[in-house]
Amino acid sequence: MQLYRTLWRLADVVGVVPETPRTKSLVLEVSEWEGHRAGQHVDIRLTAPDGYQAQRSYSIASAPEDERLVLTVERLDDGEVSPYLTEVLMAGDKLELRGPIGGYFAWKARDGGPLLLVGGGSGVVPLMAMIRHRAAVGSDVPTRLLYSSRSYEEIIYRKELEDLAARDGSLEVIHTLTRSRPPDWSGYDRRIDAQILAEVAWPPDESPLAFVCGPTPFVEAVGAALVGLGHGPARVKTERFGATGG
Amino acid sequence: MDELRLDGNAAAGPLGEVFSFEATTAEYACGGCGRAGRLGGAMVYEVRELGMIVRCPSCDNALIRLAHNRGRYLVDLRGTRYLTTG
Repeated sequence: MQLYRTLWRLADVVGVVPETPRTKSLVLEVSEWEGHRAGQHVDIRLTAPDGYQAQRSYSIASAPEDERLVLTVERLDDGEVSPYLTEVLMAGDKLELRGPIGGYFAWKARDGGPLLLVGGGSGVVPLMAMIRHRAAVGSDVPTRLLYSSRSYEEIIYRKELEDLAARDGSLEVIHTLTRSRPPDWSGYDRRIDAQILAEVAWPPDESPLAFVCGPTPFVEAVGAALVGLGHGPARVKTERFGATGG
Repeated sequence: MDELRLDGNAAAGPLGEVFSFEATTAEYACGGCGRAGRLGGAMVYEVRELGMIVRCPSCDNALIRLAHNRGRYLVDLRGTRYLTTG
């Protein structure tokens, strides 16, 4: 029984790190954090002086093995919570949260693979926790990250992914850029479709374990395409972000 | 009203205030079509701040209705044949 999950508590913000023009990572210190599994999220609650409360879920970006809890938050201009988290919050502030939450969209190295991670935009965040976890425990589970971003500048964790893939032969990172591309771009240049998935994913008879995360239309298109290619629905786990998740 | 289509993972926080077990790995059987699955893979239609409806991905039957008002939750489970602890 995990009753602590339901309790709200205060975290100390120890750092706010820009990742891309629209995303920042919040580095948090949570006393007596009981650990999480890669893929889980926390709920954040903001309370206005008049008592009005707004609550949103954010994926954990850090590995369970990391010393501090890291959330990566995308600023949505019409959002109620993300503009505060990305523009106002500073080191030294406190933040009310509860978690870790969720056990369905979670991966541990001993769950094995091959591991197919498909992310759209900030949907890469829980997948990054899996990649960081995998690196932290020295796992060699064959892993491919297929990651869709609008532009090169909006690729979150670009350098870290490059470095991890460079020194780990069992990790591959495949990008697609859907809106604009640098002149010398050699990766994919369109939204993820069945053809890209057929090229990137292991064949269904190798029974890869797939985690798909991103905006709802992205997740539904990728999930349907994977099942259409013959992957078992029980091996395709999805997590959708609301379009106005803010 | 701002209605969002998400999946069962989004219900994990609020359901965690109601149930003492991990909701997303809990198995349900749909009272409509009989489909069995894990709540994390079911669909959630969330109506901000007021509550949410967890629906069966096969037949759209409402498995769980959760309403929130003044710090209390009202849970309607009539669309679920059973739930296992997660």
